[in-house]
Amino acid sequence: MLFNTRSFKHLALSSFLTLAAVGALSSATVQAQDKTLLNVSYDPTRELYQEFNPEFARFWQEKTGEEIEINQSHGGSGSQARSVIDGLEADIVTLGLAYDIDAIAELSGKLSADWQTKLPDNSSPYTSTIVFLVRKGNPKGIQDWDDLVQPGVGVITPNPKTSGGARWNYLAAWGYALQQPGGTPESAQAFVSTLYKNVVVLDSGARGSTTTFVQRGVGDVFISWENEAFLAVNELGPENFEIIVPSVSILAEPPVAVVTGIAERRGTLDVATAYAEYLYSETGQRIAAKNYYRPRHPELAAPEDIARFPQVNTFSIDLFGGWQKAQADHFSDGGIFDQIYGL
Amino acid sequence: MSHYSHKTTRFERNLATREAPWVKWTLLTLSLSFFVLFLILPLVSVFFEALRKGWEVYLLSITEETALAAIKLTVLIAIISVPLNLVFGVAAAWLIAKHDFRGKQLLTTFIDLPFSVSPVIVGLMYMLVFGANGWFGSWLVEHDLKVIFAVPGIVLATIFVTFPFVARELIPLMQAQGRDEEEAAVVLGANGWQTLWYVTLPNVKWGLLYGVILSNARAMGEFGAVSVVSGKIRGQTNTMPLHVEILYNEYNFAAAFAVASLLALLALVTLVIKTRVEHRASSHFNASHMVPADINTLSPRVVP
Repeated sequence: MLFNTRSFKHLALSSFLTLAAVGALSSATVQAQDKTLLNVSYDPTRELYQEFNPEFARFWQEKTGEEIEINQSHGGSGSQARSVIDGLEADIVTLGLAYDIDAIAELSGKLSADWQTKLPDNSSPYTSTIVFLVRKGNPKGIQDWDDLVQPGVGVITPNPKTSGGARWNYLAAWGYALQQPGGTPESAQAFVSTLYKNVVVLDSGARGSTTTFVQRGVGDVFISWENEAFLAVNELGPENFEIIVPSVSILAEPPVAVVTGIAERRGTLDVATAYAEYLYSETGQRIAAKNYYRPRHPELAAPEDIARFPQVNTFSIDLFGGWQKAQADHFSDGGIFDQIYGL
Repeated sequence: MSHYSHKTTRFERNLATREAPWVKWTLLTLSLSFFVLFLILPLVSVFFEALRKGWEVYLLSITEETALAAIKLTVLIAIISVPLNLVFGVAAAWLIAKHDFRGKQLLTTFIDLPFSVSPVIVGLMYMLVFGANGWFGSWLVEHDLKVIFAVPGIVLATIFVTFPFVARELIPLMQAQGRDEEEAAVVLGANGWQTLWYVTLPNVKWGLLYGVILSNARAMGEFGAVSVVSGKIRGQTNTMPLHVEILYNEYNFAAAFAVASLLALLALVTLVIKTRVEHRASSHFNASHMVPADINTLSPRVVP
């Protein structure tokens, strides 16, 4: 009755050997370089930073002779901010909206409240805007925001309560209505309210909405970040979709910040700062444009990349008095969004 | 005995086939189509999608640097958490099945806790304890120890969700076997270790192996709890299930399904081993324990 059944011994031994072999394999790779940098970002910047990181590592090594390993983390903007607050050791955050970095500053104290003044252009080295993605041939004839509130138009946009990207969508629609002749906050609220009545699926995140529209084929128009729309069209078939640029839209500024409290402790403040600044360099701007973000300095990017961006009139978040106020007015519990979409 | 049981099943089969043929066929078609539609088809589609762009893309997706790192991390997590739960599971099952003590019922209930708690809550629990704003957060930061958003946090979360598998597998088996053999061993002069090593464990080895396999499958496949504490750093704290989600969200469907197919393969291998082990276990159990087990069930002192 000992462990003497042959088959059992055989099985136990072989599983042990397999585990040991794989274990040896994995332990061999747990070799970290001396200096590492962690950039905590949101979902759609993956391609951008995948291209940017090795470029910066090369630049840094040429400049200082120091070898650097750059790690990336991607997720929803709000949940990534939450992770940093809960202790994810980000030297740099590159998120979807300033409000999320404000939250890190406020709740963790790891960067100062005036972080957005530390880098040029509101700390946003690249921008984007909100456009419409429609099915090929534009069967519903959608040209501008007005067409989205027509009866029978199925709109796809994520929930602004849970998705940072969706807040830009919502505010873009609001700003459009407000800037129409005779526009008032009341008329804007009525417009946005009608728009959200046309929403057929309110996903919790931007990528979920993309999948709903693109993969599942639900809805007639998808309100999307321009870079997301470009990516979706190129990745999933230019033969199936078209991008429509509205007459006016919002200037979406995804900001970048060095988390000084963490970088100082990890001894990476110099390289983290250089990393953020390098995004404004010729290399940084070129890579941003290549990945469908509008660079702040178009003259530094490749002309053929810039030529892809249609002319669009934009207004900024200042129209709403900054992110703190926009958040409090529109997206807080009991705010305007709750009133128009509430029970 | 076998003759008797053979007759019983035949009788039952006759009863069952007394239904009108159309009932039989309808039920058969229904269950088969359900089986194909909800189990086989999705499984096949994973492999189909994975290979849609050809073998080259498939191999590239699973040998690419971050994918390899995810695979290694997943294996590492399993190597750490499965043996720990093996030791714990044997200890707990031995205590519960072979001993009487105060609070036994409570311990049994606690072992089941991970089954009834949603994995996301498990992740958040560890976040509240070890996160930067958690109970030990500032202490950990002061001593430069990383738990959350690092491998230790992922291991902790995995251990929690795979906690009950080994114990749950062993307890009923040990209880069914009773304490007679252990009592005999003690009477013959064996000490506690000897009893455990020479009597108890050999009797439950197949159940034990089954528990370990289940525990391993869950450890490698766990998503919810791990996703909360991982931090999703590519190449560092990204496990295979998390890697699948990220790739999918990046429109990288072929690569996502390629990595998913590895997890599906793991499930299939688990299934094969499980069937083999179950077969072994039942023949083993029948050969050596049918009689004592039967006597046990007849005796008034069964299992507390």
